[in-house]
Amino acid sequence: MTLHVDTPAPAPARPGAGRPSGHRGPGRGGGLARFDLRATPYFLVSPYFLLFAVFGVFPLGYTLWVSLHDWELAGDKSFAGLDNYIDLITDGAFWNAVVNTLGMFVISTVPQLVLALVLANALNKRIRGRLFFRLGVLLPLITSVVAVAVVFTQLYGRDYGMINWFLGLFGVDAINWQNEKWSSWIAISTMIDWRWTGYNAIILLAAMQTIPKDLYEAAAIDGATARRQFWQITIPMLRPTIVFTVFISTIGGLTLFTEPVMFDGNPTMAGGTDGQYQTVAMFIVKEAFRDFDFGYAAAAAWLLFALILIGTLINYSFTRRIGGSK
Amino acid sequence: MLNNKRQGKLAAVAVMAATALAITSCGSSEPAKPAAGGGSSAPAAEPVTITVHTFGGGENFGYDKAVETWNAAHPNIQVKYQNLTDRFEDVYLPQLLQRLQAGSGAADIIALDEGAMGLMKARPQFFTDLAQYGLDSRKADFPAAKWDNGINADNKLFALGTDIGGMTMCYRTDLFKKAGLPTDREEVGKLWPDWNAFMEVGKKFQAANPGKGDPKFLDGPNTLYNVILSQEAPKNGNVSYFDKSNQLVIESNPAIKTSFDTVKSFSEAGLTAKLASFTPPWNAAIKKGGFATMGCPSWMLGVVSGAAGDAGKGKWDVAAVPGGAGNWGGSYLAVPKQSKHPKEAAEVLNYLTGKEGHVMAFQEAAAFPSSITAQQDPAVSELKNPFFNDAPTGQIFGASVKDLLPTFLGEKHAQVKTSVEKVLEGMDQGSIPYGEAWTKFTEAGVKAAG
Repeated sequence: MTLHVDTPAPAPARPGAGRPSGHRGPGRGGGLARFDLRATPYFLVSPYFLLFAVFGVFPLGYTLWVSLHDWELAGDKSFAGLDNYIDLITDGAFWNAVVNTLGMFVISTVPQLVLALVLANALNKRIRGRLFFRLGVLLPLITSVVAVAVVFTQLYGRDYGMINWFLGLFGVDAINWQNEKWSSWIAISTMIDWRWTGYNAIILLAAMQTIPKDLYEAAAIDGATARRQFWQITIPMLRPTIVFTVFISTIGGLTLFTEPVMFDGNPTMAGGTDGQYQTVAMFIVKEAFRDFDFGYAAAAAWLLFALILIGTLINYSFTRRIGGSK
Repeated sequence: MLNNKRQGKLAAVAVMAATALAITSCGSSEPAKPAAGGGSSAPAAEPVTITVHTFGGGENFGYDKAVETWNAAHPNIQVKYQNLTDRFEDVYLPQLLQRLQAGSGAADIIALDEGAMGLMKARPQFFTDLAQYGLDSRKADFPAAKWDNGINADNKLFALGTDIGGMTMCYRTDLFKKAGLPTDREEVGKLWPDWNAFMEVGKKFQAANPGKGDPKFLDGPNTLYNVILSQEAPKNGNVSYFDKSNQLVIESNPAIKTSFDTVKSFSEAGLTAKLASFTPPWNAAIKKGGFATMGCPSWMLGVVSGAAGDAGKGKWDVAAVPGGAGNWGGSYLAVPKQSKHPKEAAEVLNYLTGKEGHVMAFQEAAAFPSSITAQQDPAVSELKNPFFNDAPTGQIFGASVKDLLPTFLGEKHAQVKTSVEKVLEGMDQGSIPYGEAWTKFTEAGVKAAG
């Protein structure tokens, strides 16, 4: 039995699988094998890069080309050089959109990440029904962003909204939430926070669970309080993950679109009667598809790209200092 | 062609059209569509499907019954009718332009709001010349201005009229009664011969409704503004934002300033519910009785009844509008050049803009016909609208379009309109101070036109 199995088994296996081209010598086959060895990884990763080239690089380049033209939708186009960019940086409406975007980014992202950190820390403790709560914080994420915006917009309704009704119980006059910068920013920020806090909390929680327990035990023996452990161990160990969540939030925050559009009621991309909460993304869509000025919109899209790069770099330099005592 | 001959009997049309189709589809199959019916020996060629895309809220174009009737009589030309969205300027139009430019995706027959006609006239490369299918014979059916608006920059007929604005004032009888105002539509119409009188009625109404939660007299600035502008423009050379050479005249045209000032005075007097038209809160207020009056072109009746629902039936009525005739809105049908069956599409277009199509659309969606023959048809002139207390809408709108002079709308009318109306809303709701509103208004217009 054993003999019978032993002898034939290695015989076909070795030449067939183990050394496929060994017998063919150092000639053509060897070169092919080396080429195969080097090329295969590239071949295997190529689908991503091909797709990226088609759906990433090409649109980017084409947008750049469009942005250099005076290009009307279903109309004329002519080369304009940098005119669109020059017009943009002197366009008050564009800067209003930039300010709105940055403002909403700050008042939504900062509380969101702090809250996510606190939530993650709480979920990391031994509490009853941990799985239930962990799944619970993720629940908002799987709701459609449009549904969220519709519900919140109704909550913030001036005449028949629940929030004004509630404030009315305390004698506060009905607030027209869409009407002022501060009120509309707050309303939109609550939508963003409701949806994304749990997402960030789960990512931070996953990272927290990789921190070795003995660090905490050692700290506890040394007499460190829970608060001190949080600041001196948890936060520094989480740094790469915090950087990641900040990046994602920066990109998401600066391309904010759906919530303010839905909040407007009219999808005119105006962001309120006087552009109170028009974001850069809305500005781009308005220029392209309401005013049919493709070139101008393309230029704005490129400036938004630059804005996101700058924003991410600034945030990176900030978050790098987290846990600086280390 | 069909339209001139027939009188009432559907069967006659069916026979005629079937014959016409049998002849035409054989003829057209050689140059236009070699694949369809080329080898077939049967007199009736393979059936073609003609798609129709429209826009609009509530009952929109009201083509359900007209299309059903056509399909029953024309097995070889089946019409597929789809209302794409309730928003024209910011949803339908951009999408349409992309499809026209891309060369595919547009329907065989597309609906165009009058606000985009300037834009479309300037792009004749996208449209089929309808005269080549004999539709230029329809000229006598339409008021001159409606007909002329369907002629593009190449001097070709590319679009035929569907409905026309006309103008009335919708009002809530229950709220009028509560405020001690008359409720009969004749008497209500007599209350306000002009806008000053309308203002006085409004003040009286508001005095009877002083509370914070009480209804307001008007919905908001937009409907009022558009009604007044449609009356003022004909007094000022029939132009609104643009003159006839497509130059922006928003600052110099007295029609714009007068309309703006009138709206401002109503807003300052606190007569508006500070609502933006065609938004969810506006729909909610129509349903819940948040305001008592609003300017109603004929197509708006379908919007109001759609938003108010069955519960609102009988609470609304229509009366004469202060200040006389005007035209707000009204649409056209055209056949894009990319259509694979332009001949059949033209035939369907001819039907939908003919008397029958117009009459059925009016019965379904209260969209008043622009076709003169349809206007004179008893099915139109004697129609009553059950939602609006059986108001004789046929008669009311018939009277209101009698001396109508449609306004010239420039190439970028839709963009300018959308932008300046935002400023009106801002002024009404308080985000833009009254003192700065006119400057912002003109600035927004200049920007949108640039």
